[in-house]
Amino acid sequence: MLRLTCPHCGVTAEETELTPGGEAHLRRAGPDATDAEFESYLFARKNPKGVVFERWRHAHGCGKWFIAARHSVSWQVFGTYPAQTTEPPADLIETIRAAIPTWEGWQ
Amino acid sequence: MSDMVSALNGARFEGFAEITETGLCGMVQIRADLASAGLAQALGGLGLSVPGRRAILSAGDLELGWMSPDELMLFCPRDRAAAITQQLAQALGGEHAMVLDVSDARVRFSIRGEKADQVLMKLCPVDLPTLPQGEIRRTRAAQTAVAFWRVDGGLDLIAFRSVAGYVMGLLKHSARPGAELF
Repeated sequence: MLRLTCPHCGVTAEETELTPGGEAHLRRAGPDATDAEFESYLFARKNPKGVVFERWRHAHGCGKWFIAARHSVSWQVFGTYPAQTTEPPADLIETIRAAIPTWEGWQ
Repeated sequence: MSDMVSALNGARFEGFAEITETGLCGMVQIRADLASAGLAQALGGLGLSVPGRRAILSAGDLELGWMSPDELMLFCPRDRAAAITQQLAQALGGEHAMVLDVSDARVRFSIRGEKADQVLMKLCPVDLPTLPQGEIRRTRAAQTAVAFWRVDGGLDLIAFRSVAGYVMGLLKHSARPGAELF
């Protein structure tokens, strides 16, 4: 069972209280993008065996979106933060690096 | 004028806890920047202040709960809901805010008795023993969104009116005599 702490209301919610929103920190391929770039933005996902950044919505709670960083194999949760950002907070990146020194970074 | 009736017209059930649909209940939804001085002033006019995160506070026959970082829910007697909505909307006129009378879109239940917690333990993914007095917890009960908080003698719970029958069914089934957990 996955339990995530919503950074907006502070509740440690169990998975069924949340709605998944897919991979976080996607950057939309702009108006000048090629077809291949746009296709990649639409369909290509990293899906790593390791650290994943995922969007979640606290659907049965405060209704707000947040992003969770967790490990896709061990399910270790590194942290959560509000979705109103384009990159993970620096202290969270530090936490992940400390836990997994070989981590290749979030980008 | 036609008579107003609540969703289940005060339905009751007595199991190991007492379940009651509380009848007509006023609910006013407030969407605003919770840190704004205008909101604090508008609520001050009703003898209330802005509740902290997940808090529910009361003043006289009014209760004010924190629903999300930009939303509050005010509970009041049904016959005052329209006037309170108007008063708050007027006071928040200059703000980026919305005040809505949702009394007819919600339903409220009371769960009373020593074992009231156990009724919800079976329905919600919440650690009830750690829920303090004065906290409003939004979650789900089986498949529907609800919010509940502690009151004297048990818990009060709100849900959407469209699922009132479903929620009453859940609560009744959960509170059946002999079905207590401990």
